[in-house]
Amino acid sequence: MKFSENWLRSWVNPKLSSHELAHALTMAGLEVEALESVAPVFNNVVVAEVLEVLKHPNADRLNVCQVNVGEATSLSIVCGAPNVAVGIKVPCARIGAILPGDFVIKQAKVRNVDSSGMLCSASELGLVEESQGLWLLPEDAPVGMGLRQYLELDDMLFTLKLTPNRSDCLSMVGVAREVAAITGGTLNALQVNPVPPSLTETLTVDINAPEACQLYCGRIVRSVNAAAVTPSWMMRRLERGGLRSINAVVDITNYVMLELGQPLHAFDLDKLAGGITVRYARADEELALLNGQNVMLQDDMLVVADDTRLLALAGIMGGAASSVETVTRDIFLESAFFVPDAIVGKARRLTVSTDSSYRFERGVDFAATRMALERATQLLLEICGGQAGVISEVRGKLPARDPIMLRTSRVKRVLGIMLDPDQITALLQRLQFKFEQQGDDFYVTPPSYRFDLSLEVDFIEEIARIAGYDNIPAQPPQTAVMMVPQTETQRLVSRLRQILVARDYQETISYAFLDAAVERDLCANATPVALKNPISSQLAVMRSSLLGGLIGALRINLVRKQSRVRLFETGVCFTGENHVQRERFAGLCYGTQLSEQWGGVARSVDFYDVKADVEVLFAPVPLNFVASPHPASHPGRSAQILLHGQVVGWIGELHPKWLQQYGISQAVVWFEVELDVLISANVPHASEISKFPSVRRDLAVVVDENITVQSLLDAMLGSNTTYVAELALFDLYRGKGVGDGKKSLAFRVLLQDTQKTLIDSEIELSIARLTEVLQQHGAQVRI
Amino acid sequence: MQELEKILDEALKQFAAIEQAAELEQVKARYLGKEGRLTVLLKGLGKLSAEERPAAGVRINQVKQSIESALQQRREALQYSQLQLKLKAEALDVTLPGRGLGCGGLHPVTRTLERIESLFHSLGFTVASGPEIESDFYNFTALNIPENHPARAMHDTFYVDQTHVLRTHTSPVQIRYMENNAPPLKIIAPGRVYRCDSDVTHSPMFHQVEGLWIDEDVNFSMLKGVLSNFMQCFFERDDLQVRFRPSFFPFTEPSAEMDIQCVQCNGKGCRVCSHTGWLEVLGSGMVHPNVLQHVNIDSEKYLGFAFGLGVERLAMLRYSVADLRLFYEGDLQFLKQFN
Repeated sequence: MKFSENWLRSWVNPKLSSHELAHALTMAGLEVEALESVAPVFNNVVVAEVLEVLKHPNADRLNVCQVNVGEATSLSIVCGAPNVAVGIKVPCARIGAILPGDFVIKQAKVRNVDSSGMLCSASELGLVEESQGLWLLPEDAPVGMGLRQYLELDDMLFTLKLTPNRSDCLSMVGVAREVAAITGGTLNALQVNPVPPSLTETLTVDINAPEACQLYCGRIVRSVNAAAVTPSWMMRRLERGGLRSINAVVDITNYVMLELGQPLHAFDLDKLAGGITVRYARADEELALLNGQNVMLQDDMLVVADDTRLLALAGIMGGAASSVETVTRDIFLESAFFVPDAIVGKARRLTVSTDSSYRFERGVDFAATRMALERATQLLLEICGGQAGVISEVRGKLPARDPIMLRTSRVKRVLGIMLDPDQITALLQRLQFKFEQQGDDFYVTPPSYRFDLSLEVDFIEEIARIAGYDNIPAQPPQTAVMMVPQTETQRLVSRLRQILVARDYQETISYAFLDAAVERDLCANATPVALKNPISSQLAVMRSSLLGGLIGALRINLVRKQSRVRLFETGVCFTGENHVQRERFAGLCYGTQLSEQWGGVARSVDFYDVKADVEVLFAPVPLNFVASPHPASHPGRSAQILLHGQVVGWIGELHPKWLQQYGISQAVVWFEVELDVLISANVPHASEISKFPSVRRDLAVVVDENITVQSLLDAMLGSNTTYVAELALFDLYRGKGVGDGKKSLAFRVLLQDTQKTLIDSEIELSIARLTEVLQQHGAQVRI
Repeated sequence: MQELEKILDEALKQFAAIEQAAELEQVKARYLGKEGRLTVLLKGLGKLSAEERPAAGVRINQVKQSIESALQQRREALQYSQLQLKLKAEALDVTLPGRGLGCGGLHPVTRTLERIESLFHSLGFTVASGPEIESDFYNFTALNIPENHPARAMHDTFYVDQTHVLRTHTSPVQIRYMENNAPPLKIIAPGRVYRCDSDVTHSPMFHQVEGLWIDEDVNFSMLKGVLSNFMQCFFERDDLQVRFRPSFFPFTEPSAEMDIQCVQCNGKGCRVCSHTGWLEVLGSGMVHPNVLQHVNIDSEKYLGFAFGLGVERLAMLRYSVADLRLFYEGDLQFLKQFN
């Protein structure tokens, strides 16, 4: 909502500066988004008439003009504008004038000819960016009058960022009412006297959708001069309200809309056939709108029709065929109340947006419907002439405005401050609400122009708003203090993050949507959860894995010449028709395991480095890794991560074909695990520790390459050999002395008993058992 | 007896001249070994008369003790200087950089979220969460935003299908939590939200923290108290000015927009605050009775306040980040500044 301050001040004129008024509006919930001057600062510019134009004796392109500035003697002014001519009225900056940019007008000689001022263009006065030649003022501009006064340039433009509930402030009367309430000022209400009809002629009005069109007023006005010139004061208010002038009739309807908030429509009477019907459109009815758009209607859209065709999309836009043009003589003027529910969403569906639909969607004052028609008629007769007919009015059941109970006690409970009934009375009066008081309670009737007041709490907000939110103290809570329960069976995600941070990973956050190609390539996901209205094709589908985002971040860093990248991310991943949403934890490493440093040989990060990171994340719970192909990974370097036999994630080295496709030169190792599994934890339960010494024995074996370490460990552990307290691989060797296709493994075995010190025979028995198990699994025991 | 003095004198001189431990032991033998000079003198005591013998014995033993003690001193001195040499040789250039893994860091949004969570936690708020693909019932309808309500147009919504959206705010978590928990309730719901909007000041994905406190004695004055306290703690500025302006959210009534004094210019007016001196940081209000009704909470008995704050906005203000888009590029140069 944009409006001129001067217009507002003709309604209500609080003793506040423009900025104070803007602040008061903002603090009352009508946020002033912009406050700007209509014109930049300049002075001493008057309306002048050019009396004589003579060629400059010393310059081809200049003229010497005699200019009447309303004084006894004319001024001689040198002017270079090509459009200067005898009889035109233009702005003239007098000697001493200061124009925008601190440009001072002085008595001057231009090529030896005296010049006592300057004739101005609109751009020289800072009113437009660019303009051609002198600014030609209307013929009736009063010579000698200050331009600022003549054009009311000492005015400010207010732009309100209205919340959707405040449709009542989409008009001058509404903003003025609000300013009066906020500032306690007096409202100069507009007096609209009914125009006595001089014609008895009417159109029949038939409302087929009474629940949607609850009030319809219309009248014929004949012999209108639609070509009349819109008065400059009206033009100015329209312009400053953000509307451009179309023709006098349309300007008047727009003006009344800005003034009273009631959208009006004027039809060309000659183009109507029979009476007016308001009904729902039939599916697939078509209408050519005023703006040139052809729309296909649906059966929930309200239309205005005559006996033969559609005339308008009710409350949204008129049809082109029945529109008023400058040649129009007779019109039918409509002022109606369409309920918000009947209008809302329809304009958007048809991709049209109008000032009318914007207001009807949010609610228009149904008590002003007829008054607006009278007001428009009055202006029409004044400006365009003509004779008005009798008003046809069809009134249905209008929105209920039942009194709402407002309890003083409830005001205190909701706001936390004590307002006594007298204070509440005063606030309700400032808002001009009708109410009755019964003891400490009030029964307040919501005004017809408010569509957001239906509950007690709505009025409590009004009271708080006018009392001022600033006047409600900020109080610390005073409630019983209880500790916040904390479960030990879940680890905090923040702790998991810290584990990776301590292992030199940097956290990143990627968009949850990405290119469908990434999902297809890295996750073999042909049916990702897709957005109906993505921002771009690169952000069209929801990720089913965090890997795509991590690789995206890696690539950005490679472009920026990073040689070592270690990233992790947590986030929700989305799969399937039912939109399964699971939070995951993923990481990725590229480059050397350690940052480049002295002492020691630089080594690229490998599968086992990242495997250790995953194991530490889950520690102390042991994981299993089972070789398994993943679409993103090198087939021989890819594993499922298992926890208690359940797959909880993946680890792998990125497939060389993706490295090539993404232009990545070195290996990328990544992992991804389910977050819910990762955060679950057990409360520790201590068991007795042995007081007796443990014994270490090492077992070295040679096996075929295809035998996995895990299978040997599983076999040894599965044998339940007595006294084995710990079993782990500590060395791996390939090469000389072992033979092609074979590897040498060394296991550390710790043997211990809780009851006694082990003797050699017991130890040897256990080792023999483990050796036997290893041999059964194809291992050749060394030494 | 003069010989004794001489022996002692010579021994002390010889010991002092020796630099090697092994040599010292060899020289020791010359005096105290089987054929050592003192040993020989002691053996020769038997030749002395009974009168002379005790005094001479005492004297020889005194010299022997002196030599032994000098020997021990010299031994220790040699050990000490040898250790000194060794230590000197082992000295490190302590300015060489440490080796091994470095340290990574958290994303600034996470850092901010954790800060917000811990501040509210200190006031007894627990963390709740909800899905990011949300039904339009939870995202809108249950929050008193019926279909076609103009407020829906304020949310540039991503649609997944007819009835599902990417949540446009964290407010649906309120509803889900209230459906499953009886009041009193005191939660915050941090999370990702999505709006179909992307430019310098809008990201299609960003983070919010929703807050909800339902109890019998919660009121607007408390809302002001808690949120003012939070902002002051978050920015570590006890004197941070705040203001509350009436606003409109379908799910709160009364509703309030909260502004803080610009933390860049202290309210004097600058580019960050568009020369207003104020920064809009948070939307809040008393939970709308319709919302409570949806979840079967008696709005006569219970009152509540709710708020939603933008995490990126707070992170940008707190850490002087000028461009929102940096948060989602993953550029290590940017991210490492918050480690």
